[in-house]
Amino acid sequence: MRWEFHNDAPIYAQVMERVERMIVSGALAPGERLPSVRTFAMEAGVNPNTMQKALTELERGGLIYSQRTSGHFVTEDQAVIASVRAELAELHTDQFLQDMRELGFTSAQTAELLHRKLENKEEE
Amino acid sequence: MPILTCENLSKRYGAVQALDHVNLRIEPGRIVGLLGPNGSGKSTLIKLANGLLTPTEGQILIDGKAPGVETKTIVSYLPERTYLADWMSVRQILNYFQDFYGDFDRERAISMLGHLGIEEKQRIKQMSKGTREKVQLILVMSRRAKLYLLDEPIGGVDPAARDYILNTIIGNYDPRAAVVISTHLIADVEQMLDEVIFINGGHIIRHSPVDEIREEIGKSVDALFREEFKCF
Repeated sequence: MRWEFHNDAPIYAQVMERVERMIVSGALAPGERLPSVRTFAMEAGVNPNTMQKALTELERGGLIYSQRTSGHFVTEDQAVIASVRAELAELHTDQFLQDMRELGFTSAQTAELLHRKLENKEEE
Repeated sequence: MPILTCENLSKRYGAVQALDHVNLRIEPGRIVGLLGPNGSGKSTLIKLANGLLTPTEGQILIDGKAPGVETKTIVSYLPERTYLADWMSVRQILNYFQDFYGDFDRERAISMLGHLGIEEKQRIKQMSKGTREKVQLILVMSRRAKLYLLDEPIGGVDPAARDYILNTIIGNYDPRAAVVISTHLIADVEQMLDEVIFINGGHIIRHSPVDEIREEIGKSVDALFREEFKCF
């Protein structure tokens, strides 16, 4: 199944975020080897150049590292993974808050709704 | 060196100006979308690159040479319409490609056909339209060419076949070769392209990297295309 992309960001940036999520969620474990660029590109349905660019950027951020002959690996540095997790959480929370503002919710209303939902979840 | 160069390239059919002083360069390692409405000059450009048509004015060069016997050995062309004789079996077609093209990688073709469950004794006429399109693409992508010209490779096939075809193009990516895909199904190919060429009325109106369009203009190629080619 090809990955789905939305229209308002470059493909490579969306590939980066997708791989970040895979690492943060543990779908790709620390120290795990990533598929080859070609295989990964086919899985995503993107151009190998785009996949290469995304991996190079992730490498720059320290989330993955490459070994000359054997490919790319997920970092084993838990601090790096934790900081990417925190960044993604900020990003999604900001997006959520903005959506709620656009729906006309005040901060208090949003907080109340959130509490109610979380309590329901805990009861389940 | 660019694998494809057009310099002031024009093609006229009688009173119709199909291409009008086109300048263009395509570098190896790129997957390029040639996008335009029907009658914009896409197929004319591909046919000129392939030596099926000759320029009225200007020139088109493949790896620095005018299209001819020599360039045909490095250009792999998927025409818009099928050209496989339907009485032929897969084995006969493989032989035919091997005889014609020194760069045909038979093993690779057999392996890709095997993944689809297509056997060598099967005949073209027993195949569905979608399967024929896939077989044809496999043959074209099994050549180790420097320039792949794919004219509407995903027109008229179902979405699953479309994904298969696009994946086959990605899986055969070669950094020494360029792939040109002409299509009007932009949303389907956008995520696998490096760059796009918008063509209309025989003019190249845009030639840019996909991520540049998304980053600088803030739109998908599909959205930009709909805007620039809006029918009033």
